[in-house]
Amino acid sequence: MAAFGVGDNRRLAGRGASPGFRFTVYAIVSIVVMVLDQRGGWLNQARYVLQAAAYPLQLAVSSPSAAVAWIRESMQTREALRTENTHLRAQQSALALRTLNYDALARENAQLRGLAKGLPPIAQRWLIAEIVNTELTTLRQRMLINRGTTNGVSAGQTVLDDAGLLGQTIHVGPWSAEVILVTDPEHAVPVQIERTGLRTIAVGAGNEGTLALPYLPANADVKPGDRLITSGLGGVFPAGYPVARVAEVHRDAIQPLAQVRAVPLAHIDSDREVALVWFPDAHPLSSDIQPQPTPAKPAAPTAAPTEAPPAPPPVQAVPPAKAPARAKVKPAPPQDADKEATD
Amino acid sequence: MNARTREPRGRIFLTLLLALFLSVVPLPVWLDAVRPSFMVLGVLYWSISWPHTGGIGLGWIGGLALDVFQGSVLGQHALALALVTYIAVREHQKIRSKPVFQQSLIIMGELFIYEFVVFAIDGWTGHTLSGPLRWVQILTGTLIWPLAAALLGRSHAPR
Repeated sequence: MAAFGVGDNRRLAGRGASPGFRFTVYAIVSIVVMVLDQRGGWLNQARYVLQAAAYPLQLAVSSPSAAVAWIRESMQTREALRTENTHLRAQQSALALRTLNYDALARENAQLRGLAKGLPPIAQRWLIAEIVNTELTTLRQRMLINRGTTNGVSAGQTVLDDAGLLGQTIHVGPWSAEVILVTDPEHAVPVQIERTGLRTIAVGAGNEGTLALPYLPANADVKPGDRLITSGLGGVFPAGYPVARVAEVHRDAIQPLAQVRAVPLAHIDSDREVALVWFPDAHPLSSDIQPQPTPAKPAAPTAAPTEAPPAPPPVQAVPPAKAPARAKVKPAPPQDADKEATD
Repeated sequence: MNARTREPRGRIFLTLLLALFLSVVPLPVWLDAVRPSFMVLGVLYWSISWPHTGGIGLGWIGGLALDVFQGSVLGQHALALALVTYIAVREHQKIRSKPVFQQSLIIMGELFIYEFVVFAIDGWTGHTLSGPLRWVQILTGTLIWPLAAALLGRSHAPR
């Protein structure tokens, strides 16, 4: 009683339709919208507009933490900045050296495989995006970044930070995009154990900032400290990017599967900037098939080792269409080498 | 009719904006787990006190805003909120005449219905990963209701 003001006490019949009718209408609209949204993404356009409308408020929401970060940054002393500067400079030269080394290795690798022609550039384009907002809960591990379609971002694009794979974009608005992180319980990334080449799938585990490898048999060769890299299967992520490090392997005599926990390498909780990456062939079908119609040079089969149709490889019937050509860039794990041989 | 021009449309809009802000502002994990659904509380308050101005349409729009911000299936929160506001609008006179304690219990029921609808749609659309923590929001929402109602009441009650 006390909680309410005067309100108004007229009967509802005075204005418009009855509440029951209105509710029915709204319920039907909701259900139709849900079905459309769930199936086939008919509402992508509507979502796009709504996301654009939501962006100002999302910016406002993140402004307090942004302000704190800004204040902290501007309070930094000259000394701190100087040490950071020298540190960064050292890091930069180290990285430059490594890049040189890397180029040489990539060239050598390509030569060894006779693929010099087919060697794709590693990443076509980079775009640095700032994180506007993060949502890190048990159920959802998402980020909002300040780049959208006006910057050429599209859904399903790889998002990295300097240490490893972060996730991929899912909903893209004009000026912003939502990133689903590898730790999101609804996200799975095809990975490969770097040491052995064993392929499996890493599923996000939610809150604890960990990944689970639920499909490894109990006798699989995996141990704590193993690094997981993207395998490139599935065609969303390019092959060879670091994802996580195995933290814990639990083998239970009763369970047929090993329980493996891995910690993502990307600094999910401390990042402020992330990188969006464009690869020359974001979609494996579009690019892997295209080289085919070009005149049949003798080198063609090796230049594009992943085209399956003409001579179906005996072993890997399913993945080859997707096992991307990019796998060559990294030192090839044994299984990959097998696959190349079958093609 | 003319006496009714002081409908608190502006305040309702501000309440909605504030509720949206509170539901998406990043919080530490332990606080996030008990974050009540401010949007439901705000919409329910205005639906009970001004069932014409607030009401089902308001609930639906608030829910849709939640859907957009939380990236859930469009229409999920909208449907749940429309349902609870429908109940509130239908029974607004009864609810209004109850003392705060009983109101809180009614709100608890409403919050339960809301969470249940959201939960059910989560299940149907294949987002079944959820712990028991989501039900804690009902409790915190109930506890915060008297405070929220008092604050909102202060914003438009005649002196």
